[in-house]
Order: sequence, then structure tokens, then C-alpha cells
Amino acid sequence: MIALRGLTKEFPGGVRAVDSLDLEIGDGEFFALLGPSGCGKTTLLRTIAGLETPTSGRIEIGGVDVTGTPPGRRDVAMVFQDYALFPHMDVTANIAYPLRIRKVPRAEREAKAAETASRLSLSELLDRRPGQLSGGQQQRVALARAVACRPKAFLFDEPLSNLDARLRLEARTFLKRLQRELAVTTVFVTHDQSEALALADRIAVMSAGRITQLGTPSEVFRRPATTFVASFIGSTPMNLLPGVAGDGALRVAGAEFPLPDGTPEGEVLYGLRPEYADLTTREPGEKGAFSGKVAVVENLGTAHLVTLECADHLLQVVVPEGAEPPPGTAAWVVPRPGRALLYRDDTLVGGA
Amino acid sequence: MARLRHDRADMSAPMVSGKHSLTFVVPALVLIGVFLVFPALWTVYLGLTDYRLTGLAAADPRVVGAANYAEALGDERFRTSLWLTVQFVLGSAVLGQAVLGFAIAWALRDRRGPLKSVTEGLVLLAWILPSSVVAFLWIALLDRDGGTLNAILHTPGFAWLLDHPMASIIVFNVWRGTAFSMMLYGAALENVPPSHLETARLAGASTLQQLRDVVLPHIKGHVLTNLLLITLWTFNDFTAFQLTAGGPDGRSEILPVYIYNVAMSGGRLGFGAAVSFLVLVVNLVLAFAYLRLLRSRGEVRPS
Repeated sequence: MIALRGLTKEFPGGVRAVDSLDLEIGDGEFFALLGPSGCGKTTLLRTIAGLETPTSGRIEIGGVDVTGTPPGRRDVAMVFQDYALFPHMDVTANIAYPLRIRKVPRAEREAKAAETASRLSLSELLDRRPGQLSGGQQQRVALARAVACRPKAFLFDEPLSNLDARLRLEARTFLKRLQRELAVTTVFVTHDQSEALALADRIAVMSAGRITQLGTPSEVFRRPATTFVASFIGSTPMNLLPGVAGDGALRVAGAEFPLPDGTPEGEVLYGLRPEYADLTTREPGEKGAFSGKVAVVENLGTAHLVTLECADHLLQVVVPEGAEPPPGTAAWVVPRPGRALLYRDDTLVGGA
Repeated sequence: MARLRHDRADMSAPMVSGKHSLTFVVPALVLIGVFLVFPALWTVYLGLTDYRLTGLAAADPRVVGAANYAEALGDERFRTSLWLTVQFVLGSAVLGQAVLGFAIAWALRDRRGPLKSVTEGLVLLAWILPSSVVAFLWIALLDRDGGTLNAILHTPGFAWLLDHPMASIIVFNVWRGTAFSMMLYGAALENVPPSHLETARLAGASTLQQLRDVVLPHIKGHVLTNLLLITLWTFNDFTAFQLTAGGPDGRSEILPVYIYNVAMSGGRLGFGAAVSFLVLVVNLVLAFAYLRLLRSRGEVRPS
């Protein structure tokens, strides 16, 4: 278990990369730190590793306070974005390096390296140098080096972002399976929301050194706590339209919806994911639909992203392939019940 | 490297024909010929004669063949001088400048602010001051009667330059030349990826292990280049002459000083030229050895 208590990291010059942060990561949990660049996620990971000294607060790993412990004695392994493989050592020597530093006898550490390598399908490459490996192989060697020393926790700093798109998906599945099998607590830093959603048991969305939302991938995806999270999570950005709640109704971009119970009256932001709405070209009978004109149609492969102009606002909807209307046609968008979200002052106040 | 050169040759070939390219390099070739090749050949020729600064042999030098070389190799003073030069090079360049320069660069690598700039400024100042000025400063520092060092150490009357002439010029040359190594290693250390050092730190590697496993493999080429340059510079360095003039009694007479003493003070230009040629040969051997090492790196396998 990794526990952070009131952790603050302030850099010279007064930049607070991590701001009095409390967090507990459970044993064997796959935990993602997600946020845009500069949000402090990497600094947080490096502080857990011991590569940065916190300004205040405490870090516990496995119930032991390691705040003042040097990185080498924290029993954690880190995989860097550039893999950090030593170019002058072959794959065996790279994997066995942490064991060599711990003075494990040569035969034993080479056996351990070979065993780990076979688990990560690297057996054929044991005598190669990092320069003779592909990006995906290098990434697996870096993983193997972290796995071979059986640490209490893995710390991953964007280990997939240097791979090309196709390989990244493969490596993602591989990584998740490996973590399941080893059941080692893992903290994973990424700026890619789809990676975080796909891999993590829980996600902490960070912004300006603080955790904006903490939850499972589906919680974070379905009910983003703030408009920042709402616009950050999801492969197509959430529609965020200004609206007014009053007289038992919610008016947004020319459409009118019944106001859910308990929603305070006044101005709100109406949030709707493009995937959570249906598009029709025939006027729906009931109230509660946006009407507009198709402006742009983008092909997403298995679906199309349709952008509508409705009452001076742009609304995006994902429609299944074959059902996309040509640009210029009049169309209506019906939100699926219970899927829209209402925000006031950037904070979630209810659903609609 | 080889491919780069090849590409460049390919590129220039269609642009400039052979005749035209010659026109461009002729001025440079003439300068090199007049100021480099001719004196070198002239030295080789002189080394085969008994040419002197004054007297009968100055007017009419005779070719004596390899006699000068035989005499130099059999001369006790030459061999002592060669041995002193080896001490001077190993002590002041390899151990002194390279090790101290690396240590300063390593210590300052992550620092910002006044400490770094002041240290670098002082080290650089020692390097850019004219050698005669520096030599005068050191004579003032080491002087027996009014010297600063004796005043600091409360050792009045201690004659550093007379009692420890080799140690004096070695320390002097370290002080004077460390800046180059410091700057070179400073730049080299910036090429060591931080993530590699951090990986070693996370594995629990000590500073020495980090240097051995991460830093040195990365900067091996820089180390060899640095050693090559400072070895050759120190081997041919004449500044020490201004401190001890090779004395007392030849105890700090490194080869460049020895050549000056026999050729200029002793007037035996032919013999001096022969010794110069021997020094050139030693330099070539050293340079060749380093270049071989440089080229073969990368094939070195660890543990």
C-alpha cells in the first residue's frame, strides 16, 4: 500500500507541483495519475520514488514511512518514458542490473533475468544490446528490469507514449495482464485519458498539483466532477452548453427539458457526451430534443462524429456508420435519459 | 563518421569539378606548406646535421647522419628529461587536470546560481590569463622570502621551486589547465540522460557505481578525446620554463625545456632538432594509441 499524507512539493521559485495531497493506493491496485502536462503528476510519481524530496508531508510504502529514505532503499521500480536501458549492456545485464547492485551472485541473477525475460517473451534477445531492439522490445526489457527485482511497487512514467499507435494498444493489453498476474501495486502516470481508462482500477485526475477527481474509470467517465475533468476525459470532447434552470424546466440551446428534482435554479452548464445522444432526421414528437442543421461530418471508422449548429451553439453527436446525414440537412438530437450532467461554477450539481 | 564523410564527398562531387576545387584550397595549402610542412621538413634535415647557433658549424653545417639521434638516446640527461616529462604528463594532465576537471564538473552538474558561476569563472580565469602573467603570479606565490604561500603556511624561507621543482610545476600546470577538462566534462555530463542515473539510483547504486555503470560508459569518447588533447598539450608545454627554467640542476627539465636548453642556450641547433623530432614521434605514437582506443570503444563488453 502507498499512502501520501499532506504531500507538498514546491520548486524553487514558488511553483507548487504537488499541493497538500492525500491519497491511499491499495495493495495490488493499478492506479493511474492522469492530467495534462504540467499538472504535477510526474513530480508526484518522482516524489513517491524518492527522486524528489517533498517540501512537507509524508509518504508511506507498505506501512513504512519512507519520506526520508533514499530511492534505492524504497524497494520500488520505475519505468521511464525513454526506458533508460544502459546502451553498453546486453539485455541480460540490463534486466539483472538491480540484482547486481544488490550483490546477488552472478549465476542466480542471470537465471532470474532469463526467467523474467521468458515471461515477457524476450528469451531470443538476451544477448542483444538495446540499440539492436525495436521500441516495443526495449519497452519490455525495461518492464522486465522492473519485474526482476520483485519490488513492492511499480512506478510507470508514461511507458507507452514512445510507442507507435498500433503497438501502444498491444503493449497496453500486455501491461494490464502482467500487472494482474504479478498483483504488484502500480502507479501509472499518463496524459492519455484512454490509456488511464483502459488500464487503471482507479484514476486520479490531477490539475495544478491537486487531485480534481478520484474514482474508478467508469465513475470518472460517467460523472466527471468538474467541467475540467468532463472536457479532459473521453476521446470526443463532451458538449458543454450554457443553459438556464427555472420554472421547472431546463432551457439549453433552444431545447427544453424537464428539470430534475433538487436542481437549484439559475444558470448552469449542460454537459452531454456525443456518445450519449441519438440523432434523427425526422422531428421527434416529444419535447426535449435539440434541433439544428448538420454542419460537419467526420468519419471515425465505425461511427461518424456529426457537428450540428443549433441556436448559435455547436453540438456534437456520434452516430453509427451508415446513419450519418449529409451536411446541410435539418436534424434533431435526443439525449439519452439520465446521461446529461449539469455543472454550476465548474462543479457537478446534478444529472438530467 | 565514415558514412558522413562519404556523403559529403558525394554531395560536393557534382557541384565543383576537380580543377575548380583545387583553386579554392590552394591558398590554404600554400600557407600550410610555408608555415607547417616546410619547418617540419627543415627540422628533420637539421636533425641530421651538426648545425650550431654560432661558430664554424653555423656557417658551414655538415651532415652527420643519425649521430644526433644516437647521442640523444644514449644521453643520460635526455632520458632523465623524458622520464620527468612522463611524470609531468601523468601527474598534471591525466591525474591532475582530467580528474580534478571531472570532479569539479560532476560536483557542479546540478547546481545553479553564484557558486557555480564563481567557481567556473575562477577556473576559467586561470586558463585564459597569458602564461607569462600566470608564471609571474606563481613566482610571487612560491617565492622563498616574500612568497604568499610561505606567509599563509607560516613557513618562512621555504624554497618551493628549489626543493620541490617537479611538484611545483605539476601543481602549477594542474591549476592552469583544469578549465579545459572541466568544461569538456561539464558538456559531456549533460549528455548523460537523467533517467539512466535515476534508474541506477532506484536500483540502489552508490555514487561510484553510478559513475562506473552509467556516467563513464556514456562519456567514454569524451574522456579519450580529453586525455588525447591534454596529454599532447602537456607533453609540449613550455610554460613551466618560466617557473624553474628546468632547474635546479635539471630536476624539472621536461623535454620542451631540455630542447630549448640544448638548442638555444647550448647553441646546438642540429641536436635540438633531432630531439624535437623524437618528441614528435612520441606524440604521434600517443595520438595513434588514443585514436585506436577511441575507434574500438563500443566493442567493450561489461562484466
